[in-house]
Amino acid sequence: MIRRAARRTILFCLALLLVAGAWELYKLVGPEGGGSLFGTRMIPKTSDRAMPHIWDMVQRLGEPENRGGGDPIWVTVGGYAWYTFRLSLVGLVLGVAVGIGLAVLMARFKFAERGLLPWIIMSQTVPLIALAPQVVSWSGRISIFGWEWPRWASVCVLAAFLAFFPVAVGTLRGLKSAPAAALELMDSYAASWTKTLFKLRFPAAVPHIVPSLKLAATLSVVGVVVAEISTGIRGGIGRAVLSYQQASTGDPTKVYAAVLGAAALGLLLFGLVVLIDVLLMRNRPQEVSA
Amino acid sequence: MRTRKITKVIGALAALSLVAAACGGDDDAAEPADAPADEPADAPADAPADEPAEAPADEPAADSEMPADGTTDDMVVECDTPREMSLQLQWFTQAQFAGYYAAQDQGFYKAHCLDVTILEGGLDIVPQTQLANGDADFAISWVGKALASREAGADIVNIAQIFQRSGTLQVSFVDKGITSPADFAGKKIGNWGFGNEYEVFAALGSVGLDPAADVELVGQNFDMVALLEGEIDAAEAMTYNEYAQVLETVNPATGELYQPSDFNVVNYTDEGVGMLQDAIWADAGKLAGDAEYRDLAVSFVAASMEGWIYCRDNVEACQQIVLGAGPTLGASHQLWQMNEVNKLVWPSANGIGFIDSAAWDNTVDISLNSPNLEGGTVLTAAPSDGAYTNEIVEEAWTHIMTDGADTTGSSYAPIEVTLNEGGN
Repeated sequence: MIRRAARRTILFCLALLLVAGAWELYKLVGPEGGGSLFGTRMIPKTSDRAMPHIWDMVQRLGEPENRGGGDPIWVTVGGYAWYTFRLSLVGLVLGVAVGIGLAVLMARFKFAERGLLPWIIMSQTVPLIALAPQVVSWSGRISIFGWEWPRWASVCVLAAFLAFFPVAVGTLRGLKSAPAAALELMDSYAASWTKTLFKLRFPAAVPHIVPSLKLAATLSVVGVVVAEISTGIRGGIGRAVLSYQQASTGDPTKVYAAVLGAAALGLLLFGLVVLIDVLLMRNRPQEVSA
Repeated sequence: MRTRKITKVIGALAALSLVAAACGGDDDAAEPADAPADEPADAPADAPADEPAEAPADEPAADSEMPADGTTDDMVVECDTPREMSLQLQWFTQAQFAGYYAAQDQGFYKAHCLDVTILEGGLDIVPQTQLANGDADFAISWVGKALASREAGADIVNIAQIFQRSGTLQVSFVDKGITSPADFAGKKIGNWGFGNEYEVFAALGSVGLDPAADVELVGQNFDMVALLEGEIDAAEAMTYNEYAQVLETVNPATGELYQPSDFNVVNYTDEGVGMLQDAIWADAGKLAGDAEYRDLAVSFVAASMEGWIYCRDNVEACQQIVLGAGPTLGASHQLWQMNEVNKLVWPSANGIGFIDSAAWDNTVDISLNSPNLEGGTVLTAAPSDGAYTNEIVEEAWTHIMTDGADTTGSSYAPIEVTLNEGGN
């Protein structure tokens, strides 16, 4: 177990090095001013402003956000990432709850599946940036039992809007994956539908739910970051990406600090889901192939 | 089997949506190109609470001119509960909006019995739309863009023209020899789009150049990278932002920062094609029919003017106030911006906030008559009556509380600002 973990860590680091190597290699051999393919500018530029050296990016992490003084930027970005992480987590939990709820509804009632599924799919074709300003304007308009709707809650809703989709679809598939023989056995016990749901369908669905959770986790981060960028909500990594980008004229490596922060954040949430995966699958009986 | 097929389709769609979402994220992150040119700020509620304690307690030097005749100093607003209201900015916190932050920080809003929430902008936040939707009580917007929204049905009115002149430039390296719009011919001219580009088209039109044939117009991000990389010959820039950004960048040839002498600057105000920019917009329906809202507007405009007067007389204090509200660009950049923004506000010959009919007509004229590449214009017809009013401004002047406040700034003189690398 430990050896496997160690091997995975080493592989992960190797993969990182590979990406960094590819970046530097392209920077070395690619055209400084970029180039055109079929008349459109497609070949990326390799100048220091367009593609800073990896070591410059790493060095930038140690310098303050505004070079005048203050904490190193990785601390600042860490704070932003933590804020976005919490919003993503709330969005993920919300999305998972809605997704599983819808899946159960659709598994229970055939007409619900027929009626809902097209809408669920269609919902994902609505661009998030079109929704974001509307949803964010809920703040100041909605209050639930005296609880004023805050702007960050809108961001969570937008994240959940992306995250619920794979969960709903994956869980639905999972709930239906219980073997017919097992279902018939439950029927022969005269087990109620709820009983069958919890004793048979959910356990059978776990292998389908877990990958959908991994998708949902990354989508939730994407949702929060896009919503932050789109509506300018302060405190998170999306806002940092946008405002650091603006400094790129004189400080091209700055934006990469935020990009790295966003990547670390995605990995963290993904890791959390993997942990859930391990916990859920630990006591799972091995499948016996028929 | 049928279900399996459906699941496959769903799976594919899920994957597609994932890719689309990821790409969407990338695009947004990579090019904040869609941002309004002006960069703005957020509910001060979540702003870091570090007080810019430097704000001098002593009265802003009442420099001359206007004797205390019109300005009532002993007007104390009775105030049980401050009136809550919100102001939508065009972008994140920065000195472009210093007057409002100063009014907040110096208690001018409080003195007028106002509890103001300043809302920062974002990539997809259109201030005048937020205003028209009732998501904000007042909004800051450029006149051309706001008039376009008004023509599309937004019931809004300009109640105070804070920036009296345009801050848009076209910046190029000296060796390109671009010193006037006539020199744009045959050059690659960067412009921002999203309603920030009309002065470029107006300038081309004013010297008889055809935007489609005589120049190569290139979409530009809200930074100066394309200029420095040589992708364009001249870049659109705001005096208070993007122009400062190039001057904060190290010139690889000298190892020193770029100097103003390295660049030629075409100033659209000097070329006679400047359009009115930051103005305070209000809900026209409420202004006409809701006496409370009208009072709110007068108080808000008066207190905001006090903020702008304060920032004219206390440039460095206002820099600190803005820094305390948590911008992401650095200290010297904000001081530069404060100074440049002051130049756009002051002097205000008719008094701060007054909408000069000649400048207004010029803006409307450009909006009507400067076709872009596709032949479209900002406005298709002259704005209907009631697009602006000076009533609120004139009433607000009488509510300005600062003793002997000079509302024209006729003796205003800018300061000298030294920019540091990266604006820090």
